[in-house]
Amino acid sequence: MEKENSKKELEQFEKTLAEIERLGENEKTRKEIEDLRKKISELKKKILSELTPWQRTKLARHENRPYSLDYIERLFTDFEEIHGDRKYADDPAIIAGFGFYKGIPVVVIGQQKGRNLKERQHRNFGMPQPEGYRKAIRVMKMAEKFGKPIFTFIDTPGAYPGIGAEERGQAEAIAYNLREMAKLKVPIISNVIGEGGSGGALGIGVSNRILMLENAIYSVISPESCSAILWKDQEHIKEAAENLKLTSKDLFEFGIVDEVVKEPEGGAHNDHDLAAKFLDEAMERHLKELMKLSGDELVEDRYKKFRKMGVIAGE
Amino acid sequence: MAFFRRKKFKNGLREKKRVVTDGQFTKCENCNTTFWKKDLEENLMVCPQCGYHFKIYSLDRLKMLFDDEKFEEFDEHLYSPDPFNFVDKKAYKDRLKDMEAKTGIKDAVRCAKGKIGGYDAIVVALEYRFIGGSMGSVVGEKITRMVEKSLELKIPLIIVSASGGARMMEGVLSLMQMAKINSALARLDEAGIPFISVLTDPTTGGVTASFAMVGDLNIAEPGALIGFAGPRVIEQTIRQKLPEGFQRSEFLLRHGMLDAIVDRRNLKEYIVRALKFFLTDAKK
Repeated sequence: MEKENSKKELEQFEKTLAEIERLGENEKTRKEIEDLRKKISELKKKILSELTPWQRTKLARHENRPYSLDYIERLFTDFEEIHGDRKYADDPAIIAGFGFYKGIPVVVIGQQKGRNLKERQHRNFGMPQPEGYRKAIRVMKMAEKFGKPIFTFIDTPGAYPGIGAEERGQAEAIAYNLREMAKLKVPIISNVIGEGGSGGALGIGVSNRILMLENAIYSVISPESCSAILWKDQEHIKEAAENLKLTSKDLFEFGIVDEVVKEPEGGAHNDHDLAAKFLDEAMERHLKELMKLSGDELVEDRYKKFRKMGVIAGE
Repeated sequence: MAFFRRKKFKNGLREKKRVVTDGQFTKCENCNTTFWKKDLEENLMVCPQCGYHFKIYSLDRLKMLFDDEKFEEFDEHLYSPDPFNFVDKKAYKDRLKDMEAKTGIKDAVRCAKGKIGGYDAIVVALEYRFIGGSMGSVVGEKITRMVEKSLELKIPLIIVSASGGARMMEGVLSLMQMAKINSALARLDEAGIPFISVLTDPTTGGVTASFAMVGDLNIAEPGALIGFAGPRVIEQTIRQKLPEGFQRSEFLLRHGMLDAIVDRRNLKEYIVRALKFFLTDAKK
């Protein structure tokens, strides 16, 4: 209810602002415009902070939200893509490659969605096949061999549930990555930029640091599937989203995420450059810290990070 | 002489002579043959007629594998404090209580140490009756502790899976157990300590996609449902019927995802042989 009021108020302010701007700027209107802009900005922040988990899920899936390639383009120089798992195929839902981060040679792995129908089909809606995970670990092992840090970008509804994926060992591919990533003696930083869809996300997410964008989600199951399984209908999606505790704030509180990265006003989809800039600032800081650790210390650091996850009683 | 008179019931019928057979017989879920329950139990819950493997309790699994049914259990007291206050049709807290009453354990796994064919070993057995054998923080923690114990004592680890996957009621905490366990298994792998994964009906989702698929040996019981996504999810995604036998042990073996299919009646013998192979020094 309050949210509805905020939205109406916002619309009113924006209308007034447009009217004043049309009249042209002068001494008299300048202060008025400034005040209105300030109020609009505060209201937008208020609306965003009041979003329900389900609304945030929809924001995390927003079709104009920056995807992995949008960040790669802005944050790395001389990026070259590395294709294929050298076993069966190349999976366009996962991008792997090398490039430079502020002059430091790094490996980048990212799940990629598409922006139009053709791209979406090509990227399989960001749902990787086993080959995607196998390509990812192959390239990450190459990074380790040459002592290069790894950045991963997580943005997937989940690993693809299909006949071929099962035949070629979707579960094995993810399981293997979870174990092998734990061994890598180089810094690994994961950025949850949109949807962190269950095992499909975790398959490139066993890292030293997990950074999560303010409006991203990370969950064991989608609210839709959770509603279907536990309530046996699609009427309880919102409740499922509440129950699953999938927002960045929740994950930070439960000690899973190391840092929540703020997004541009109204969400990352409003300003890709600024979204990348905010993430860049956090990435640089964490990389600097991790670069001080030896290979063995990095493995130990990663072990300790995941070892303490979970909440139990009855000791 | 009322004393000798046969007892008459209200409707005038005499009491029929009958043998109490209640609960003594059971029917095979696959071939519908009826058996004495005792015979089925003696056959390790495998149908003597068609070889169908019934789901079994984690306790029976431990008894079946350890020598003389002797073992020491660990961390039985751990339970979930319901960190998310999760409520669907039923509150998670109540679900846990009901499950404990039904199964006698506090969460979906039993962990034990004992001897198998004379070799010291650790066995982890998931309990399918407990919320579908699903993995939350407690299951994840208990398994991780067993991996660490196996590492510390330098003795082999055997995990018998029977699970629908990660437990929804603990959300992302359940998901992270996959990474936690496999990080521990990474250490076991590097230390060269054997890990045998036994997949039983069913093993799906986050359990398959973590520890169950990274054994030095991945073996399965016949006919077990094994996969990443559940068959219904796949059907809904691709909008077509799934082929016969899809995601069963035999299908996985054919696609190169399993090392062997082992009948439950030969399982202990197989494991003893494998342990002997792993633990015998080739240079002596």
